[in-house]
Amino acid sequence: MLDIIKQTWSWWFSGAFIAGIMFLLLFFGQSFGFSSNLRTICSAAGCGKSVKFFDFNWRSQIWNLIFLAGAILGGFITSQFLSTNEPIIISYDTIADLAKLGLSAPTSIQPPELFSLESVLTLKGFLILAIGGLFVGFGSRYAGGCTSGHAISGLSDLQLPSLLAVIGFFIGGLAMTFLIIPLIF
Amino acid sequence: MKFIKFLVLGTLFGIVMAKSEAMSWYRIQEMFRFQSFHMYGIIGTAVTLGVIGVTLIKKYNLRDFQGNPVTFHPKEKSIARYLLGGIIFGLGWALSGACPGPMVVNIGYGFFTMAIVFFFAIVGTYLYGYFKDKLPH
Repeated sequence: MLDIIKQTWSWWFSGAFIAGIMFLLLFFGQSFGFSSNLRTICSAAGCGKSVKFFDFNWRSQIWNLIFLAGAILGGFITSQFLSTNEPIIISYDTIADLAKLGLSAPTSIQPPELFSLESVLTLKGFLILAIGGLFVGFGSRYAGGCTSGHAISGLSDLQLPSLLAVIGFFIGGLAMTFLIIPLIF
Repeated sequence: MKFIKFLVLGTLFGIVMAKSEAMSWYRIQEMFRFQSFHMYGIIGTAVTLGVIGVTLIKKYNLRDFQGNPVTFHPKEKSIARYLLGGIIFGLGWALSGACPGPMVVNIGYGFFTMAIVFFFAIVGTYLYGYFKDKLPH
């Protein structure tokens, strides 16, 4: 049993699992949307005093911060107990494309070229992570949601705004992948 | 105690993000390069089951555990904010390989440098709040 859990989970099982989490959140009277936490954190930090957007009752969102804490715990449990620590298996085409950009074949689940301490201590390495995060944070709130709020929850409710947002995610993602990443790596 | 269910659901969310490898920068690259079905399968399955479930909830007016009706809030109509915001999000998603959920899963997994991405995502959210009224919505 544990051996099966330790392998990469199939797409259909993972997708069904995520849908299950979404429905349980609805059953518990809440909705699935992770990036709201970023706004809640700003509000809890006192940003509501100077910026109206953060002036709301953030305590009503504590349940989502607890969910966030759980997500950290889930990552920890997986790396400690549910992982084989073997390199991630991705498409050969992707490995070949990334090799052209100077990235080595995977040795774990994340590329050391981006996330190792060595990389982050270079100006370029730091800026890649900082700008990536900045855009995700700005864009998710501007669009009113991230992958969980729009792509999963919003599309499940057949909301046109969510479809527009997901189209935007892909325009941005393709532009970064094919136009910008080749320039910076 | 009323929060413990959210801790459990969050933990399960963290585990599925890690075990499905949706938290991996490589998987996001593979997705945007259209070189694997994996991420599309995950999102497609979740959305397909989601559409079926939401339809049933609405059709039978299903209630939550406290007996309140499950409500869905239609998002306000606009094109600019979803498209522009979405594009900015997509640029960051493909660069850092992480949306907000997987960022914190990575931190728990032991990729502590992802805390930089998460910190700047908070800064980005703050900047949106600061400039909100000057942006097209």
